[in-house]
Amino acid sequence: MTGSFLNAAFFDQAVLGITPVLLAALAGTLSERVGLFNIALEGQMLVGAFAAVAGSHFGGSLASGVFAAVLASTLFSALLAFGSAILRGNDIVIGISLNLLAAGLTSFLLRSLFGVSGTFSDSTMAALPRLRIPLLAQLPVLGRALGQQNALVYLSWVLVIVVAIFLARTPWGLRIRGIGEQFDAAVTLGAKATRYRILVTLAGGALCGLAGLQLSLGSLTLFSENMTAGRGWIAVAAVMLGRARPLAVAAACILFGMSDALGLRLQGEGLPNQITDSAPYVVTLLALVIAGLRERIDAARVVI
Amino acid sequence: MSLTTEVALTHISRRASSLLPLLSAVIVGFTVCGLIAKAVGLSPLLMLTELIKGAVQGPQLFETIARAVPLTGMALAAAIPLRAGIVNLGADGQMVLGGCAAAIIALYLPAPDIVRLLVALLIGAGIGGAYAALAAAGEILANVPLLLSTWLLSYPARGLCGWLVRSPLRDPITAWPSTHRISAGVRLANLIPGTPINQGFLLVALAAVLIVFLDRRSSVGYELRLRGLNERFARYGGVALSRQTTWLMFVSGAMAGLVGAIMILGSQFRFTDGALTAPQYTWSGVLAALLAGGEPLGTVVAAVLFAALQTGGFAMERSVEIPRVLTMVLESIIILFLSMRGAIWRRGR
Repeated sequence: MTGSFLNAAFFDQAVLGITPVLLAALAGTLSERVGLFNIALEGQMLVGAFAAVAGSHFGGSLASGVFAAVLASTLFSALLAFGSAILRGNDIVIGISLNLLAAGLTSFLLRSLFGVSGTFSDSTMAALPRLRIPLLAQLPVLGRALGQQNALVYLSWVLVIVVAIFLARTPWGLRIRGIGEQFDAAVTLGAKATRYRILVTLAGGALCGLAGLQLSLGSLTLFSENMTAGRGWIAVAAVMLGRARPLAVAAACILFGMSDALGLRLQGEGLPNQITDSAPYVVTLLALVIAGLRERIDAARVVI
Repeated sequence: MSLTTEVALTHISRRASSLLPLLSAVIVGFTVCGLIAKAVGLSPLLMLTELIKGAVQGPQLFETIARAVPLTGMALAAAIPLRAGIVNLGADGQMVLGGCAAAIIALYLPAPDIVRLLVALLIGAGIGGAYAALAAAGEILANVPLLLSTWLLSYPARGLCGWLVRSPLRDPITAWPSTHRISAGVRLANLIPGTPINQGFLLVALAAVLIVFLDRRSSVGYELRLRGLNERFARYGGVALSRQTTWLMFVSGAMAGLVGAIMILGSQFRFTDGALTAPQYTWSGVLAALLAGGEPLGTVVAAVLFAALQTGGFAMERSVEIPRVLTMVLESIIILFLSMRGAIWRRGR
């Protein structure tokens, strides 16, 4: 039973679902730690996804797509850095307007540059190639999911470790955490708060660019309007569930990827896709509710 | 953690009271959009003239008024909680649920036409409100931020209605997944023959007047504004915040549900998957509410202006083939500029 239901394709699908959310959630984690609330992940990712396709189409190579995705998303996040880190404007208002700006801008460019609405796909474009990791690829059931992914998937796993070590073990990480937790004290001790916040926001933009790249060129080669479909918000939820600790955030993203794949699997079993498509959002909501209730109960225990 | 759903919008609302920053934001918005249009080889001047002509010239004015009805409704749905510093990002789902429920009642309730119409409007609003109140319960009972829960709840709501019109409620004649057509007696009547303006106009106008009045003249409105200015002070002053959150979200969702019902009963006459969300009234509404900082009258004015922009956008797309989605870009740039400008101003003090 489990052999047929939780098969190789299921885990492969789960890993594909995890990757963009994980990359965006790492961006959100860094922002959270430096004391910024980044809800523009969705928009940054969407810009990256569009730029990846546009860059690869007009540049004629996968490399130009990768370059365009990272560059465009980083430039887009410069708006966030300017408004949120430099001017210290309202994170939420800026985030909402940036998300809508990204949705509008990518739809507009889709129509004016490619002359289509809805979806643009170009079969001549190359998707990120799958690499075969010798030992992992031979694992039963999990082989395809863990050992035959594209470079970006492996990079996202490495980045989780890198971000975790960076935050916990380096002086820059210490300053970032200081700025986020005790702003005045950190500034008094000489940490350049604004500079760190700008750099973190731009780095987050680059990460979201990679997340978008994975969405549009990771396994398919297409861009469709609003193709992020709330993944940026799920990343925000993952940051919250994992309390901005990279490994815990990654675990929350795995939960999301599994529920995404479960939805697709149930669809294969004959359930209508309008219902199964909701699975990741419902699971994320339930996780938030359970985490919140547990927090409440713990808080009550302390009082007793 | 800095994750809170409360937004200190007071600096924007104070700004909105003077026209200069607003004007400069609009100019910046048009300039940036002009540059974007030019960058992709379209004419900025043509964009501007077609946009304005398409919004107000001749019969287009009625089109703008008709479009302003749902947009104002959605803007009020966003403004009501925003007044207290709460963001409702799930109005799409609340609107769709309201519209779908209204269609079901209008089609299948065994009752006289007029009863069916009234019940459809009431249930449409009620379902939207209850769904939004669910998000409030999530925050009160389990600390799930409204910003996230409202957004995430939108997906299952739209999924459920999308499935309903594909399977059990599907009208097999139509090419698109939609319900059967609502009979003429259960529709909102047309107000001005030859135009798309229907009784929905009166309903939204009534709601707007009521909200403006309550906001300015009632203790409920006072408590709302108090919370928007300073939540801790409001709590100290005896405002029951949890109860306030719940009914705020209910009223907000009910407004969105009512808009859904009005669109179904007044102009679309059947619930079609995706048709309610396609014009993006929800997001123009959120931006209009942000523009006015949640102040109801300002929100209505902003919503009507955005409706004119949307109508102009359609005309612009038809006549000179500039994609109308550029108006969404324009709206978001205006808000982005204002929020940044607000921050500059605050720092300058």
